[in-house]
Amino acid sequence: MAALVKSLAALACAFALIAIILLALGASSVAVLGALIEGAFGNRLAFTETIVKATPLVFTGLAISIAFEGALWNIGAEGQLIVGALAAGALGPRLGSWPHPIAILAMLAGGFMGGALWGGLAGWLKSARHVNEIISTIMMNFIALQILSWAVHGPLIEPGGAYPKSAPIAAAAELHLYFAPSRLNLGMLLAVILAIASFVLLYRTTIGLRLRALGRNPRASRFFGIGIGTLTVGTMALSGALAGLGGAVQVAAITHRLYETLSPGWGFEAIAVALLARLNPLGVVPCALLFGALDNGSQAMQRAAGVSPELVQVIQALVILILLAFDAGLFVAHRGESGFGCTLPPAGFEEARDA
Amino acid sequence: MLEALLFSTVSMATPILLAALGELIVERSGVLNIGIEGAMLTGAFFALAAAFFMHSLFLGLLCGVMAGVAINALLAVMVVNLAVNQVVAGTALDILALGVTGVFYRRLFGVTGRAFTIVPLPRIGLGPLARIPIVGPALFNRDALVYLAMILVPIVGWFIRRTRMGLKLRAAGERPEAADALGLNVFALRWGALLASGVLSGLAGAYLTLSYADTFVEGISAGRGFVALAVVILGRWNAWGLLAASLLFGAAMSLQFALQALGTAIPYQLFLALPYALTVMVLAGVGGDARPPSALGEPYSRN
Repeated sequence: MAALVKSLAALACAFALIAIILLALGASSVAVLGALIEGAFGNRLAFTETIVKATPLVFTGLAISIAFEGALWNIGAEGQLIVGALAAGALGPRLGSWPHPIAILAMLAGGFMGGALWGGLAGWLKSARHVNEIISTIMMNFIALQILSWAVHGPLIEPGGAYPKSAPIAAAAELHLYFAPSRLNLGMLLAVILAIASFVLLYRTTIGLRLRALGRNPRASRFFGIGIGTLTVGTMALSGALAGLGGAVQVAAITHRLYETLSPGWGFEAIAVALLARLNPLGVVPCALLFGALDNGSQAMQRAAGVSPELVQVIQALVILILLAFDAGLFVAHRGESGFGCTLPPAGFEEARDA
Repeated sequence: MLEALLFSTVSMATPILLAALGELIVERSGVLNIGIEGAMLTGAFFALAAAFFMHSLFLGLLCGVMAGVAINALLAVMVVNLAVNQVVAGTALDILALGVTGVFYRRLFGVTGRAFTIVPLPRIGLGPLARIPIVGPALFNRDALVYLAMILVPIVGWFIRRTRMGLKLRAAGERPEAADALGLNVFALRWGALLASGVLSGLAGAYLTLSYADTFVEGISAGRGFVALAVVILGRWNAWGLLAASLLFGAAMSLQFALQALGTAIPYQLFLALPYALTVMVLAGVGGDARPPSALGEPYSRN
């Protein structure tokens, strides 16, 4: 409960600061907020588009939540999403003769594996070679972007096509848009199921307990018996897999092919989503919907109030900073095995402490 | 061809080197500044905006520096005083910078479509040196910021390794508790390092808009702040190493353009990805030991 109050208070503070910024820019806060809401929820199509925009954020938000719970600072959800999308986009065009459900599963499995590989590699580098995961995941974001750029210019380029984009995936591998023209698809349903699964994993299983122990006190967690190395690689792989799956869903349902500019930064936006959710997987869904709504409404905001969509990024950043400041008084940093102090309050921590 | 390649290498390396020298000081004090990309971007925007509206490159530079310092002061409050997670706070500042510069840019220029350009920093030829073939134009006929970056390499190296203040800074980055017990003010040292890095990131950003391009586009820093992070690692936390590493990144970026123009079979993306891969390999211990400051990234608090 305290976590929810804190998140809502942070949102309120962020919007209050935004109102001041808008005042300085000479724009009306009421008009801006009205346009945002109208653009995000104004009609059925806008509402479904908000869900579509939120879908990749649920996947990446879950990826960040799981990694951060273990004090593994995965800044690479962006790269992991890209590698997942790349695997799916490479498989997709080759699945023409497959039955629909199998083709879909194959593509999603490809995305899952691709992301797991990219995240797991950073985990392995950390556990086997003591490479700080913050730096390795940042570097691997850039490497993933270059691989994607090379793929759509080279080996995966659409035959006969002049633009850097891959061949379209087979119709059998597409996720249906049941409510066309709305782009609503099964991606969000899968995301919600994974959010519930992640919650169960973190709070109802021994592995989850060990992961959370790793985040609080890595030295003590040694006594749990599971190797820190295995846990690190496994968690980073799972985190990457969730992000990669998000990329695969995007390709299967929305873009149907690969482009260089596949992600507008979902991997980074996810950090704001996960923090606002206090790293609680069940909280990730509403938080992703909120940011999806902001993204979706921002275009309308520009048309109606003349304020650029980048205002949404200001809101995201302020939410993170305010939440960090709120937590600062409560959590004392400790020297962790990761070499990075964990000052993030784990989801549910306050409840456990107050009980 | 070679002359143009060298010229472009130095142009690419300069902002990265400036930012990396600041990052070196910060990391030596024990803070990992992921917000460097944001400080650079903010510096780039406000440098150009000031130069444009006040018709003065000097005031542009000054405002760029002030913007970088402002971002880093905010970061210092978060990571030094409040001891919050440095990575998350830094990432938030990167997002904040993208948002703030985007909003201001569109508000000031997006609607009117006015050209947002200035006359770039003048080149200063160093007499006969500038006439040396190939090297001369690339190194000795440049603007003040290129010279500043080059001069700062030995100065920052000397400061960190040979001065009392540099020693104190390293103590804060290696053993903050011990430094504190000896009466050093770890908080002040880290604040100072972050402010210095703010100045250098601001200058790096200003170089992008006042010299490299004579205009601003959204997200002009384009990941160069993260490259600076890589350069500090590749250069193994040593000022001369930073110079070499930033030239390597600069050369890779320039070669990429050359390769694209030539239309060779080698994918240019390989050159762009290589320095990042090298950075990870260096950290993984390929080719010798690279040791970051012991307390890097750890918030310090007394209780």
